[in-house]
Amino acid sequence: MKRRKYEELFFRVLMVLATIFVAGSFFLIVGTIFYKGAPYMNLDMITKTPSGGFYIGKEGGILNAIIGSMYIAGGATVLGLLISIPVAIYINMYMGSKTFLANTLRMAFDVLFGIPSIVYGAFGFLIMVYFGLRASLLGGIIAVTLLVIPILVRTLDEVIRTVPFELRDAALSLGATRWETAKVVLRQIRPGIFTAVLLSFGRAIGDVASVLFTAGFSDNIPTSLHEPAATLPLAIFFQLSSPVEEVQGRGYASALVLTIIVLIITVLSEIFIKKFFKHKI
Amino acid sequence: MDNKSLISVQQLNVHIGNQHILKDINIDIPDKKVTSIIGPSGCGKTTLLKTFNRLLDNSADVKITGEVLVDGENIYAPDVEVTHIRQKMGLLSQRPYPLPMSIYDNVAYGPRIHGIRKKHDLDELVEKQLKATGLWEEVKDRLHASATRLSIGQQQRLCLARGLAVGPEIILGDESTSALDPVSTHIIEDLFVQLKEKYTIVLVTHILRQAARVSDNIIFIYMGKIIEMGPTHEVLHNPKEELTKQYVKGYIT
Repeated sequence: MKRRKYEELFFRVLMVLATIFVAGSFFLIVGTIFYKGAPYMNLDMITKTPSGGFYIGKEGGILNAIIGSMYIAGGATVLGLLISIPVAIYINMYMGSKTFLANTLRMAFDVLFGIPSIVYGAFGFLIMVYFGLRASLLGGIIAVTLLVIPILVRTLDEVIRTVPFELRDAALSLGATRWETAKVVLRQIRPGIFTAVLLSFGRAIGDVASVLFTAGFSDNIPTSLHEPAATLPLAIFFQLSSPVEEVQGRGYASALVLTIIVLIITVLSEIFIKKFFKHKI
Repeated sequence: MDNKSLISVQQLNVHIGNQHILKDINIDIPDKKVTSIIGPSGCGKTTLLKTFNRLLDNSADVKITGEVLVDGENIYAPDVEVTHIRQKMGLLSQRPYPLPMSIYDNVAYGPRIHGIRKKHDLDELVEKQLKATGLWEEVKDRLHASATRLSIGQQQRLCLARGLAVGPEIILGDESTSALDPVSTHIIEDLFVQLKEKYTIVLVTHILRQAARVSDNIIFIYMGKIIEMGPTHEVLHNPKEELTKQYVKGYIT
């Protein structure tokens, strides 16, 4: 009898410790970035582009990287969504969700999901070389789009599968075509699409390897798709590699900016989902 | 049963995978009457209902042979427009599944996809069908609220109104009251009885008392075969077949 009680206690303590460890790591990471970055945080950081000598500790900010990252993550997510929605709809509503082909495709996307982003970077680079493009905003968007498509397709696929078959039958039995039925399903999963977009955006804005060769780096805000674009992760990397203390601090400040952007997106989306999707079953 | 029937099934066989679900089904569903399909779980009654509006089309591994004639037209003929067939029938499923939109848009959805665009016409249709299902008084002040805010019984009536709005001749009910409370069940049953003046109604049910309350005719299916069919009173109180007797008495479930 005693033994069972101790067993219960033992595993409960284990679970509590594991939870504390995970939660603690989260606060430790955010805390470190904040502690190291906050002193170097100022309005210039987010409103100015680097001026001469920024990387040896002189004036400027990382607006170029903020805008560049937004362009790339935003562009890639929009482009990825335009490709992924038809794919997810086709797999589930035209192919027959449980057929061999559908499951093979799912597996393929799972494999793509797991491929390291440097591979997408390399592949994107090859495409650019083939078309004679130089490192540019466009190149970055293409590589990151490739990166986020598997995320989007698999998330949308999971979400579509939560829609009850009877809802499709309801639309079909009113005489709707498959595409009209698909539109009803898309309407039903709008919160899910939103979640997919956020996951994709979050992954896209933080990824370094895919933009390393493809987007290049520039101290200016890109004004066309053919100009190279800076990204936040690369900006952080460059600054942290500097021996100058001031620049390193700004690296942490940049990391703080990136974290805050992701945080704002997450919070906004929570509010958005709660407020606007009242038609959900 | 008389000759004039909207739905006539001839030599229908349905296989799903390597299972023979429906075996040699031959029936004529009488017009403007309520016909109940009864039988134990898994006997094929829902499958039979779904063959009427070709909802099995999208399931994998289904093989259908034989004919289902609706208005004299074989709905499994290769050149048939499936959306046109389905428009002739309103389906009421086990649980209400309102479309993810407002009450008004739920009813207007069908007419809209079939080409009715004028707001005035839609307004009229929505009001008419909501009145037909007794929902109008309850929802007329919140037509543009989400359909999911309604109670489950109201949702089921909304789904009925939605089905009626495309102008069907037939109503198919697949255990349509199984998720509802007794009061809502009663309302839906009453609606079926009212609606048979204008529509041919086919219900799948496993509740014998419900079949007794609402239907004019009963079809008893067991293991994919039609065992007995006829007027409700006859089948329930004076069954000819041994299997029907056992089922009606509750020995087979």
